[in-house]
Amino acid sequence: MRTVSLQESIAMIPDGAVLMIGGFMGVGSPERMIDEIVRQAKRDLTIIANDTATPDRGIGKLVSAGSVRKAIVSHIGLNPETQRRMVAGELEVELVPQGTLIERVRAGGHGLGGVLTRTGIGTPVEAGKQRIEVNGGSYLLELALRADFALVHAFLADYLGNLSYALTARNFNPVIAMAADTVIANADNIVPVGVISPDHVATPAPVVDYLVANA
Amino acid sequence: MEPQVIIARRIARELAPGMLVNLGIGIPTLVANYLPAGMQVFFQSENGLIGTGAPPEEGMAHPTLTDAGGHPVTALPGASTFDSAMSFGFIRGGHLDLTVLGGLQVDAVGHLANWMIPGKMVPGMGGAMDLVTGAKRVIVAMQHTAKGAPKIVKKCTLPVTSLRPVDLVVTELAVIAFRDGRACLLESGPGVSVAQIVAATEAELAIPSKVPEMTL
Repeated sequence: MRTVSLQESIAMIPDGAVLMIGGFMGVGSPERMIDEIVRQAKRDLTIIANDTATPDRGIGKLVSAGSVRKAIVSHIGLNPETQRRMVAGELEVELVPQGTLIERVRAGGHGLGGVLTRTGIGTPVEAGKQRIEVNGGSYLLELALRADFALVHAFLADYLGNLSYALTARNFNPVIAMAADTVIANADNIVPVGVISPDHVATPAPVVDYLVANA
Repeated sequence: MEPQVIIARRIARELAPGMLVNLGIGIPTLVANYLPAGMQVFFQSENGLIGTGAPPEEGMAHPTLTDAGGHPVTALPGASTFDSAMSFGFIRGGHLDLTVLGGLQVDAVGHLANWMIPGKMVPGMGGAMDLVTGAKRVIVAMQHTAKGAPKIVKKCTLPVTSLRPVDLVVTELAVIAFRDGRACLLESGPGVSVAQIVAATEAELAIPSKVPEMTL
């Protein structure tokens, strides 16, 4: 793990990259990194995340700034800007059931090719997917997702990069931290090694590549 | 009594001590307000919380303690938090006793449509498809009609949320159960006649000789 400045953390992300970003309706999103993506005017990003929040919050800010070419998310209902850009053809949106989305990310991070789920059978979600019969039940084959970068927000990070999360700000964060080639973490509090007890480390340091330093 | 209050109070009677319950946004959220005093039910917010409590008092909100709509909540004693993968493990894995969701349409066999209106409203399904497919019991909380048009229809014209039929629909006019591919009228709303229910329902209803009024 290497500590980088906020500017450096985002400078390593090229235009067109695939990013997983933590957060649920903006709660638990790495706002500093998102603001820096907007400042560095990244373009053509593919975002894999739970939702696009609201136009002025979390991932919504990336949509509003025109940084996003494609969004793979479960919900855009509270972001009229996402819907407007989708209808205008400026933004491709792939809607995925929330439980399927997180499980596809988990599969990507855990070395699995995909998952079998009953969710989506007989709905528009099934289009183009393989239906598999196992033990007398029908399931959809949902393929694993991986990303070039995961942008993770934690409550605590220690000097080694061990992370822990707070309350409902956990959501997608520990799952995406397993599923990207490069993992960049931002934390509310950077603390000495040992402050986070081993039982409370949710994301172990070896998967974290970069920690964004305090301003 | 407001239609939403009738619906929420009736559904609250379906809760039992110790149940794990997920309430959707809108009318379903109101159900928690009518829980019998002293009954412990675990409410799940799919963003990663079991033990969701009422909104906090003024000035007590915490930015990382929210419900699935992003609104501040409290955590009751015994609450737990977890990531989204585990959250949907509860939902799909047979651990969630009951989900209560809103609906746009429910049809004669109990299929629910509640996530999009093609060409008009595409908010995304969020957790709805997993909830309807995976919960042990599914209750739809919705008003009986929309602008006078029946919402309980012969066949959904909107894209369905799941092929798994819902168990119960509760409206301000009626309680309807779906069993063996049939819609069965169980109860009528306060002061509502069976004829009124039939007139406001497009789907064919199996109607017993006696239809009791719902207890609230």
